[in-house]
Amino acid sequence: MAFKRFFKKNGIGYLFLSPWLIGLVTFTIIPIIFSMYLSFTDYDLFSNPTWVGLDNYINMFTLDARFINSLKVTFIYVFFGVFFELCFALLLAIILNKGLFGLRLYRAIYYVPSLFGASVAIALLWRQVFGGNGFINEILAWFGIEGHNWISNPDYALWTLIILKTWQFGAPMIIFLAGLKQIPGDLYEAAMVDGANKWKQFLKVTIPLLTPIIFFNMIMQMINSFQAFTSAYIVSNGSGGPLDSTLFYTLYLYQQGFQNFKMGYASSMAWVLLVIIAFFTALAFLSAKKWVHYEQ
Amino acid sequence: MTRSQNENNSLITQTYFSQKYRKKRHQNKLYHLFLLIGSLIMLYPLLWMLAASFKLPNNIFNDAGLLSESYTLANYVRGWQGVSDISFAVFYKNSFTISGLSIIGTLLSCSMAAYAFARLNFKFRYVLFAVMLVTMMLPTHVTLIPQYIIFHKLGWVNTFFPLIVPKFTAIDGFFIFLLIQFIRGLPSELDQAATVDGCGPIQIYLRIILPLSVPALATCAIFTFIWTWNDFFSNLLYLNTTSMYTVSLALRAFLDAEGQSLWGPLFSMSLVSLIPVFLIFIFFQKYLIEGITTGGVKG
Repeated sequence: MAFKRFFKKNGIGYLFLSPWLIGLVTFTIIPIIFSMYLSFTDYDLFSNPTWVGLDNYINMFTLDARFINSLKVTFIYVFFGVFFELCFALLLAIILNKGLFGLRLYRAIYYVPSLFGASVAIALLWRQVFGGNGFINEILAWFGIEGHNWISNPDYALWTLIILKTWQFGAPMIIFLAGLKQIPGDLYEAAMVDGANKWKQFLKVTIPLLTPIIFFNMIMQMINSFQAFTSAYIVSNGSGGPLDSTLFYTLYLYQQGFQNFKMGYASSMAWVLLVIIAFFTALAFLSAKKWVHYEQ
Repeated sequence: MTRSQNENNSLITQTYFSQKYRKKRHQNKLYHLFLLIGSLIMLYPLLWMLAASFKLPNNIFNDAGLLSESYTLANYVRGWQGVSDISFAVFYKNSFTISGLSIIGTLLSCSMAAYAFARLNFKFRYVLFAVMLVTMMLPTHVTLIPQYIIFHKLGWVNTFFPLIVPKFTAIDGFFIFLLIQFIRGLPSELDQAATVDGCGPIQIYLRIILPLSVPALATCAIFTFIWTWNDFFSNLLYLNTTSMYTVSLALRAFLDAEGQSLWGPLFSMSLVSLIPVFLIFIFFQKYLIEGITTGGVKG
């Protein structure tokens, strides 16, 4: 009876929600619980999982040098990748916002790399461009700089991926542009009346009013780059080499789970990744009180 | 104010403004120069790949230029033959099948969920909405391995099902969110008028909400296409025979099979693989920009 009444009142809502609800349960909630369980086991997909307690988590941080290295590689990639990407995005957005002729064309051109950047095709191109006989070396040679095979040199391989990430600054640039358009013109007039020059206006008006957007872009790009995979996989041919210098966290997780079939270990790595992302997101939100300016 | 003073003043303002104007024009020229050089740097890798795809094999290496003594279509002919006797036409068909069905699934399931959240009243609505926001933030890796195990037990590995079925369950919360925002902006008087005319929620959804949401649905369709087309990771997990490969997997397999010797054909096929996304960009740029500025888009 109670069920019938509940259904009569809410049925239509749940009818529309049913595809999402079914997916939520089968592809999200059950997998999350299952993944939590697996992270405390040894499991190879073919025999039954065996309970190992916290071993996966402890071994990861104490015995697994490749894991620690993948963390280091990923942190470097995320920090410099996001930093450079957002700097270029902001710089270009500010220039494009000056009302120059041809804005739409420029915006389109700078956005094109974001469109293609995640594809296998571009990662393959990168492999050639930064290879021993790629055109980067050719261009460096014009300036008398001797090139390397950047891809197979452990000191530089990761930086070619950071450059690939930076190259895709078009998407955050478009978000910055939209944000700059929102800043009311009379604020600049008021600042001018108060005697602020262009540089002061930029520091005291543009940047503070843009901080919510900087914050948003930062969070989004950070979450995404922690999960980057394709570029490292293609450029290093799935190995994360040379000398594990491009071993992204997700690439190592893939190797453990789907090449070594250590699915318990890979599950615990997934949970550590979740905690890392949650930690940095929380940190960003806490710091936001200090530097993000919200209008009352 | 006397007449001469007036003239004097206007003369001063005139020279002041023309000076400022000239300075501004000069500045604009510098900006244009900067932007043009920037454009060239940004596009150069793509232009170089385009040129390389038409070059003879021994002209590809150690040549940063775009020009060559002779051009050839041979790379495209060789490239289209594909990997282990399976033509790129097959890989294209596979990629289009997956992307097409993903679009249908996403539009159906996300619009239904969005309509429920935006317009209908039901118990736990706010709780479920919060749950949806949380799932948007969740890294996919947390559910990855159990999902793989489920699909493995179902015998779905090496079929398209693992790549398509989740899309029919509104798995991408971002699209639900985008559609909710859009539907909330539609005037609710329309719903009320339809109710007066005897329409139920299903008819309101079909006859009012869906037709009016076409711009937002277009944005969802475009992003679903681009993400599915560019996707590599889940293809790598679930597809393992060559005849099931998508364009992404085929490109990697091509490199593995032919080694470094066939960069020309590889570039030609890489370029061909970018064409669908590029065409969408050319024709639907407005919806793309819309989607990005609504936020949270990976680009």
